[in-house]
Amino acid sequence: MVAQTPATGPVLEARELRKNYGELEAVRGISFAVPAGCCFGLLGPNGAGKTTTIEMLEGVLPASSGEVCYRGQPRDGRFLQEVGIAFQATALQDFLTVRDQLRLFRSLYADPLPEDELVALCALEPLLNRDSRKLSGGQRQRLLLALALVNDPQLVFLDEPTTGLDPQARRNVWAVLEAIKARGKTILLSTHYMEEAYRLCDEIAIIDHGRIIAQGSPDALLASHFDETVIALPVPASALPDDLPLDFIETATGVEIITPDVDSALKALAFAGTPLNGVVLRHRTLEDLFLELTGEELRA
Amino acid sequence: MMGRVYALLHARNLEFLRDRSTLGWNVLLPLLLVAGLAAVFGNGVRPLFKVAVVGDVPTVQAQTLLEFTDYVAVDDAERLRRQVARHQIDALLLADSREYFYNPASPKGAVIHRMLQAVPSWQGRIEEGAGLRYIDWLLPGILGMNIMFSCLFGVGYVIVRYRKNGYLKRLSATPVRPLDFVLAQVLSRLLLILLITVAVFIGTDFVFEFPVRGSYADLLLLTVLGCAAMVSIGLLVAARVASEEVAGGLLNFLAWPMMLLSGVWFSLEGAPQWIQHLALALPLTHLLSGARAIMFDGAGLADVALELGALAGLTVLCIGLAAWLFRWRTD
Repeated sequence: MVAQTPATGPVLEARELRKNYGELEAVRGISFAVPAGCCFGLLGPNGAGKTTTIEMLEGVLPASSGEVCYRGQPRDGRFLQEVGIAFQATALQDFLTVRDQLRLFRSLYADPLPEDELVALCALEPLLNRDSRKLSGGQRQRLLLALALVNDPQLVFLDEPTTGLDPQARRNVWAVLEAIKARGKTILLSTHYMEEAYRLCDEIAIIDHGRIIAQGSPDALLASHFDETVIALPVPASALPDDLPLDFIETATGVEIITPDVDSALKALAFAGTPLNGVVLRHRTLEDLFLELTGEELRA
Repeated sequence: MMGRVYALLHARNLEFLRDRSTLGWNVLLPLLLVAGLAAVFGNGVRPLFKVAVVGDVPTVQAQTLLEFTDYVAVDDAERLRRQVARHQIDALLLADSREYFYNPASPKGAVIHRMLQAVPSWQGRIEEGAGLRYIDWLLPGILGMNIMFSCLFGVGYVIVRYRKNGYLKRLSATPVRPLDFVLAQVLSRLLLILLITVAVFIGTDFVFEFPVRGSYADLLLLTVLGCAAMVSIGLLVAARVASEEVAGGLLNFLAWPMMLLSGVWFSLEGAPQWIQHLALALPLTHLLSGARAIMFDGAGLADVALELGALAGLTVLCIGLAAWLFRWRTD
């Protein structure tokens, strides 16, 4: 059995990790610690250095400098026995069914989860006899999650587990991830989906250009950066009066007014005779935060 | 419609011409084949007869003056007499005693005998025996060639594909060690190709009834070593390469000389010395010469010790190098 994590000290810790590819600095000194039972998200656009960081932590990619500690120690032989890894892109052996794949990977570990439990956890029951090449994107991702969980790991690395999936498949994968969280696993998750990070992660680190630019719980991050509300109006900018005493930005669906004082803003709009049918009030999101921090949209 | 055909034709041509390894191979392969066959068969008129000579070849040639005949110097008269009996060589000439051995049952042997009867002071001796059919001689060649391709590509190419598509990377994230992986690949291919080879041998034997004078166990041991040597070469090629094109080129580069020079289709006796020496560096040569010696001459393990040793040595060398060079991924 896997040793239990001491109550103190993080399960995983990155200290000043760096990775250079020749002149290119892909990761420029990243440090963070993941406490036991936490779902820690690395959030950032493509090319930010998320995969490089996560692969250095997994031990798959050597770091140019810096240190990785697992349960307070440098990683050793037990590390691969005790962690589960799902890469962003993984090929499996051809001509094997889902059941064959599960059996193959279960037999690589000393103390695997029972097959039934794994199948139930990742909702693979109807797919067991299917050729693993003939799975849809979401089904395949659930199989890859199951393979990452065969050894009942205490720490799971998931590199963009829902990239490229349709919304329904993404929700199915989230359901599996929530079940993994409910089992008390520590998860390191990379994603460029704000909604995913917000829904699943207890703590996130926003990465851009190989550096962490903000870190904290999603709500704390939003609260510390924003105390405003967004008023979204489904009207073109030309429909607003020229003397409206509010700043607004044009969006694809209309205009948005960002204000700390919703009451005054709505009154001003009403006073100016702006039609308020279809108005939506929303809090600032991680998407807004990313835009604010980097000046860039979060590229999918 | 022609516009569409032309556009597709043009795109396909560009793809072909820009894939340099494919293009290179398409040019290189026929060149290698022509060069290889020219080296083996020379560029003169292909002789009709082949006689073996123990002793000074030019002297014997000057005395006998056989037309359209290839004189091949040999030193093992016993072995060559067996070949005469089996119609593999048309006559054996002994310079010292001025004797020649021929098989009257062989059409070419009978013609050579007619010609030599006209030469003064040479005595003919009959060496009787049923001829070895070409299919008998060819069978080890075909099975050996199949072993070679299956092991080289089935191991070499497949591992490179696994590395390229990321499957090796996935395995590297499990407790699997490179040695576990390599051993599984070797044993899997060894087992499968042995089963296939034995099945094909048994199946064709029902039809052709191949002569096997030696022991089947010896033949099996030699085949196992032959497969192991081929698999280990495949592993060595695949130890680091991450491009299927490069792996394919390398494997073809190794396979084709064996196809031509290891005696799959024809015996290399009479080929230039340097070609025969080169052939000794190829594992298929040893597999085939050992298998033919066991099958046709009834050779025992001691008789094919050189072949067994060469195959075992190559296996150890290549597996050692492959394990040392092996990488899960290339970056």
